[in-house]
Amino acid sequence: MSTEEKKNSQIFQDSNKTYYPENEIEVSSIVKELYKKNLPTELIGTGSKSFIGNKIQSANKLSLSKLSGIIEYLPEELYIKVKANTPLEIIEEELEKNNQELAFEPIDFGFIENGKSNKGTIGGYLSCNFAGSRRFKVGSARDHILGFRGVNGKGEIIKSGGTVVKNVTGYDLSKLVTGSFGTLVALTEVVLKVLPKKNLSNTIVIYTEDKKLVKELFEKISSSSSEVSGAVYIPEEPKAANYNCNKERVFKLNDLKSNVPFLALRIEGNKTSINERVKVLTDELELNKLNISMLDVYQSVPFWKKVNNLEIFAETKNNLLRAVIPPSKGNELMQKLENKYKYYIDWCGSLYWIEVQSKKNMKIIEIKKLIKELGGYLTIIKTSPDYDYEETIFTIDETRLLISEKIKKSFDPRRVFNPGRMYRGI
Amino acid sequence: MSELILPKINKETISKKEYIFKNLAKIINPENVLSHADEIKPYETDALAAYKQTPLAVVMPENTHEVSKILKFCYDENIKVVPRGAGTGLSGGALPLQDAILLSLGKFNKILEIDFENKCVITQPGVTNLSLTHAVQHKGFYYAPDPSSQLACSIGGNVAENSGGVHSLKYGTTTNNILGVEMVMMDGTICRIGGKTLDQEGYDLMGLICGSEGLLGVITEVTAKILKKPQVVKAALIGFSTIEEGGNAATEIISNGIVPAGMEIMDKALIVATDNFSKAGYPRDAELLLIVELDGTESEVDGLLNEVSAICKKNNCSSLKLSSNEKERLSFWAGRKAAFPACGAMAPDYYCMDGSIPRGKLAEALLEIKNLSKKYNLPVANCFHAGDGNLHPLIMYDGGDKEQLRKTEEFGSEILKTCVRLGGVITGEHGVGVEKRELMCEMFNDNDIQQQLDIKSALDVKNLLNPGKVYPILRKCAEEGRVHVHRGEEKFPNLPRF
Repeated sequence: MSTEEKKNSQIFQDSNKTYYPENEIEVSSIVKELYKKNLPTELIGTGSKSFIGNKIQSANKLSLSKLSGIIEYLPEELYIKVKANTPLEIIEEELEKNNQELAFEPIDFGFIENGKSNKGTIGGYLSCNFAGSRRFKVGSARDHILGFRGVNGKGEIIKSGGTVVKNVTGYDLSKLVTGSFGTLVALTEVVLKVLPKKNLSNTIVIYTEDKKLVKELFEKISSSSSEVSGAVYIPEEPKAANYNCNKERVFKLNDLKSNVPFLALRIEGNKTSINERVKVLTDELELNKLNISMLDVYQSVPFWKKVNNLEIFAETKNNLLRAVIPPSKGNELMQKLENKYKYYIDWCGSLYWIEVQSKKNMKIIEIKKLIKELGGYLTIIKTSPDYDYEETIFTIDETRLLISEKIKKSFDPRRVFNPGRMYRGI
Repeated sequence: MSELILPKINKETISKKEYIFKNLAKIINPENVLSHADEIKPYETDALAAYKQTPLAVVMPENTHEVSKILKFCYDENIKVVPRGAGTGLSGGALPLQDAILLSLGKFNKILEIDFENKCVITQPGVTNLSLTHAVQHKGFYYAPDPSSQLACSIGGNVAENSGGVHSLKYGTTTNNILGVEMVMMDGTICRIGGKTLDQEGYDLMGLICGSEGLLGVITEVTAKILKKPQVVKAALIGFSTIEEGGNAATEIISNGIVPAGMEIMDKALIVATDNFSKAGYPRDAELLLIVELDGTESEVDGLLNEVSAICKKNNCSSLKLSSNEKERLSFWAGRKAAFPACGAMAPDYYCMDGSIPRGKLAEALLEIKNLSKKYNLPVANCFHAGDGNLHPLIMYDGGDKEQLRKTEEFGSEILKTCVRLGGVITGEHGVGVEKRELMCEMFNDNDIQQQLDIKSALDVKNLLNPGKVYPILRKCAEEGRVHVHRGEEKFPNLPRF
């Protein structure tokens, strides 16, 4: 028996434990053992998003938290290469030094979990592929990953992509692993595209409860050449019990009347270009006829941070749904949700965050059915403690499920990684 | 061109070709099944014209259902299928095989829906890239990826190759600009991925299909995202007397937080060639020419142009011109857009390479290419999408001279290896196809390639869809590292040579 094999056999004597590999080779040798012994294993970073997805029935955990650190950051080449479990905060701080950022605006899911910031690791973030408010302008997390290294379910070290934006060498596996909830590869290294940060941000707030107008405004904003980089609608919170009324508390800003429904749109750039864009938008959206206010940079930045981090749903004990629909179907969905659910609309009319009171599985099924009819999809991001899992967390059709099963098998034939986290059989 | 190993010919397929033609003619309109030598001749090659192969037959289905039935039939009968869009690909991705059906999507030429509200166009895959923009420009919209062949290349082909263009840094490539596709798997299964929504749930199958070079499925419908045209677009034309200074200026523009809509570099050979060809008014004494295009609001663009000018002056530019109107801006691009024909006018043939490198390595790459040009005694001209690091060296040669041809290929292959050595990749936007198949081993090891092959065989169990493309046929990288394989000949002694 080689030294490595001896070490592994010691490690695997305990069949109910968490492994903490310190480097890629160790990840590989642990996964080889897990594969050999057919042991389903939960992959974790810091666990900041472990509440998303189905519960995993596995005794073993593979923590990748020790694979952390910046490997290479070349601001002039617009990329950063990091170990996959580098905390997002460390990456953001490093980019900030060069006035750069991850343009897809990562969401801090800590607030909905326990009211506190907990950004987790980049690997965990990519595994979910959830982008923030800037999504409709700059793309999602999957549009900002250039390459990765990782270990597949057989314990083999694999890589794909590179550090350049234009690359069509082989299949684009970086996109495939992004949003796969750790069911394909244990990521060890990722390369991300970074972009310069805009100097300033201003926000126009339009006060209205007219849903038809909201849809029209979203349509006009997305048809504008003014490069609006955020557009949300935050309606009134329903007065029902069990909904935390956070809106006024969260959005306490001098120039924002947060006690009434409003639509907010963000313009970023330097002072003159913001002014030029506001002027164009004033005409396009006929702002003179509307009740509006402006948030300067000191209010605009915190406002979008709070929106992006779902602070309006802070510490919710209810179910939280994330639905994406074609924006043209907004009226149908708003009608369904009005006064009954706590929700808000992001991505200029595409993304709906909906809170459904606990023990309301039937309601979730109803909403899901409607979303599907509207040509969209729905994910249950957070479940209430008494959620009974009779409804699936993710939506998928049979053909895609079949293809997904085949892909899963090609990476992880024995379903070692996160079995059932996304779908049964995957 | 040189010898090329292709998948082993299935003699049974060849022997039952009459049966195959008869059955295909039952599945689709018999007029859409071409099997006569004269009819299929135009399909024997794509834009990598050096490689030619006559397919068994060409089929031109008219709808998704027909594609599904054809693929199901071929799957059941173990017949290989090579999908083809407009045939403008530069890497031989649509090169036919003697024992394969060539599936042309040429009849899928209609735009199905223009949806301004959801900012998308649903189109059949045979529609050309530029037609998308033409269909929406009356309302001020456009489709962002703009490969130079956009007049002729099809959107389905763009998806298969994940085509880019000159605006990729700011606006992304095809994969970042489509919302959904409908595709047919080799066993005939029809699958819809995405739709009119942003992103999709579950595995990013669209990300996988985009750039898969027709190996995983046949695209039968595309939902493409459209964007509103920017308010103002202006360009700067800047000459430098050394490659280093020009390269540094390009890098500095990016590191100063400017994201140009487009940024192109041409070397001296190309400046002169394009200026001769298109009379673009380029600074002929410059060693390197930089075109920077910026978009946004009026004052924003002017401000950025000032910054760009200052950076270029700091780097000792020898000339600097800013476009004062749209006509002048287009004239700046006229030469660049004529780069390929200009090279065509200078030599009987040219061979276009397509590596990507980190922007900062440009000077090093150009110097290396210059040395290689001396070594092989073949002239080369370089254009470079400096925004996204995509380098297109154009090697000029005489295809009639077999020795020159061999040297050209070797030269090209050395350039791509240089790209990998400098931290780049062997193909930025043209695809691997058959052309760069063997160079995959420069970037990937056996494990990496095996994982990709496992995906291929998971989705195409019998390896019937576009086989022989992208991945080295001898698979093990240690076995095959170059285009000219010796051991391969021993392994497949019966393979055709052409």
